[in-house]
Amino acid sequence: MAEIRNYTMNFGPQHPAAHGVLRLVLELDGEVIQKADPHVGLLHRATEKLAESKPFNQSIGYMDRLDYVSMMCNEHAYVMAIEKLLGLEPPLRAQYIRVMFDEITRILNHLMWLGAHAIDIGAMTVFLYCFREREDLMDCYEAVSGTRMHATYYRPGGVYRDLPESMPQYPYSQWRSKKEVDRLNARRSGGLLDFIADFTKRFPANVDQYETLLTDNRIWKQRTVNIGVVNPERAMQLGFSGPMLRGSGVEWDLRKKQPYDVYDQLDFDIPVGSNGDCYDRYLVRVEELRQSNRIIEQCVAWLKANPGPVMIDDRKVRPPRREEMKGDMESLIHHFKLMTEGYCVPAGEVYAAVEAPKGELGVYLVSDGANKPYRLKVRPPGFAHLAALDEMVRGHMLADVVAVIGTQDIVFGEIDR
Amino acid sequence: MSSIPSITAAVATPTRLEVLAQAITAALPGKLTAVASHTGELTYEVPANELLAVAQRLREAPELKFEMCMDVCGVDYLSHGHDEWNTETATSSGFSRGVARAAPRAGKVAPGRRFAVVYHLLSISLNQRLRLRVFCADDDAPMVDSVTDIWAAANWFEREAFDLFGILFKGHPDLRRLLTDYGFIGHPFRKDFPLSGNVEVRYDPEKGRVVYQPVTIDSRVLVPKVIRHDNRYDPALTNAPVHTTSIAKSDG
Repeated sequence: MAEIRNYTMNFGPQHPAAHGVLRLVLELDGEVIQKADPHVGLLHRATEKLAESKPFNQSIGYMDRLDYVSMMCNEHAYVMAIEKLLGLEPPLRAQYIRVMFDEITRILNHLMWLGAHAIDIGAMTVFLYCFREREDLMDCYEAVSGTRMHATYYRPGGVYRDLPESMPQYPYSQWRSKKEVDRLNARRSGGLLDFIADFTKRFPANVDQYETLLTDNRIWKQRTVNIGVVNPERAMQLGFSGPMLRGSGVEWDLRKKQPYDVYDQLDFDIPVGSNGDCYDRYLVRVEELRQSNRIIEQCVAWLKANPGPVMIDDRKVRPPRREEMKGDMESLIHHFKLMTEGYCVPAGEVYAAVEAPKGELGVYLVSDGANKPYRLKVRPPGFAHLAALDEMVRGHMLADVVAVIGTQDIVFGEIDR
Repeated sequence: MSSIPSITAAVATPTRLEVLAQAITAALPGKLTAVASHTGELTYEVPANELLAVAQRLREAPELKFEMCMDVCGVDYLSHGHDEWNTETATSSGFSRGVARAAPRAGKVAPGRRFAVVYHLLSISLNQRLRLRVFCADDDAPMVDSVTDIWAAANWFEREAFDLFGILFKGHPDLRRLLTDYGFIGHPFRKDFPLSGNVEVRYDPEKGRVVYQPVTIDSRVLVPKVIRHDNRYDPALTNAPVHTTSIAKSDG
């Protein structure tokens, strides 16, 4: 009798469904997965080691590049860790701005996830719809920080600057009709807050649109229901967080349970799944889109009514204004010291975690009293999820690996760091 | 005005931390050493030989219930508290122009205090967090017990700590390198590993393939590491609460 051996297959790192640079070594019995061994680290940049060689503020930009589809949430965890060590409390307006941008980021991330997940398992249109809305949110990033992705907007003690009073306009050109340009610019006639307010009005209808395409779609359900089931005990054992944990029915959200900034002032719900399969995680994330929209609405209303400072007035942390520097020796010295050396952070250690779109993103910071972190450890949510990939896909078919990678919302910027 | 940011939230409710600290002291008498913290977090040092027993108890005791291990990471304390630029003598001598490019002013650490593994635990049912730190006794071949049997999540985190710091985890089912290149030599996050690395890759047109060669760039220090004593953060001079000092006393 002929010997039958399992078939070993290499998946990625350049496979489009590998979400970046995942290399999976799969052991197959026919088309059934016996073992999956993810090889990660192809995007390892040693972010944490680089941060050890730089003053604290210079690493904020690196944080954007961790999970590069939820940029500001990473920054948030990092600046929160520094603030905890320094004992700073940012002004209320800065906290609202951060929460608003955290939620904008959550929508950005979930739209990217939804589009990519859908396209992975065969639905093309959703991707196009999702990117339509992402464009508007990217414009919010650009308006506030000057860049569409890697914002570097949060600072220990607040945010870099207040929200702009006007939005950039589309110019008339041969590429767009005048009517089209006027339509696009109509939303941009006011300030950033008006633009976001307009977005929040439109967005629920857009979510309905995605749901029409997927939620009751027979093919979608065949591909996701009962795929990658994780029971709640196992999800906790495996260190899951975020929608992966909530999809399994564990009601745990740091925004509610360990609220930071002004999340305890806002009204929102935490969606929880029951079966712990890909379909439930899809439903959880879609509902989170709606809840994030609600949070943004509340933040916009508060921010419109309450002008104020967006940065603490501590000259040992915040550089002085340019004009003060010109006439004031003290400010000049402060500016010079902050720009060349940075500020020293008292010795100690801290763990600051935020509910990033993918789960708990924690920053463990050890300081020895210097102007640079002694040790920075980022606890990426996707790392624990990908570690469980083997367990989630065992016994499934090859095509389901793609569905499970999609449902884990893998981004290699944060896993490899 | 009624906002309760995270920092003051921790300060405003020290009782919860104290309750947890007492529960830990009661459940694990004499096994843990509390570490003082000014950030409202609980940190304990665990002797390496007690780790598994402590971890098991922390996960299962009904008043602790740390069912999740959120993070495991290595720390190298080789140059902890040593700056790259001496400011103490600067008043009399003036500042030097820069930083010597040679080895960093790596300090001496007491034997067995160089490598540590830090665990971040979370209890979902009781909504509390805890940090454990285990120092590895041997600096040359640092080793601790693996907690993968207690928390499966530790698997990859321990692989990462092994890869980046060379810390060995006894009893780990699959201790392979995780993040670095296939065939990588060294443990890059150790403080004596240069930031620029040791080897670089380039395409060799003669051989027609990618080759490894020693790095051609110099390590530079752009901003020197400076430690300045700041009276504002001195707990002896301010009223800043240091949470676990009282616990440390009662801990024995």
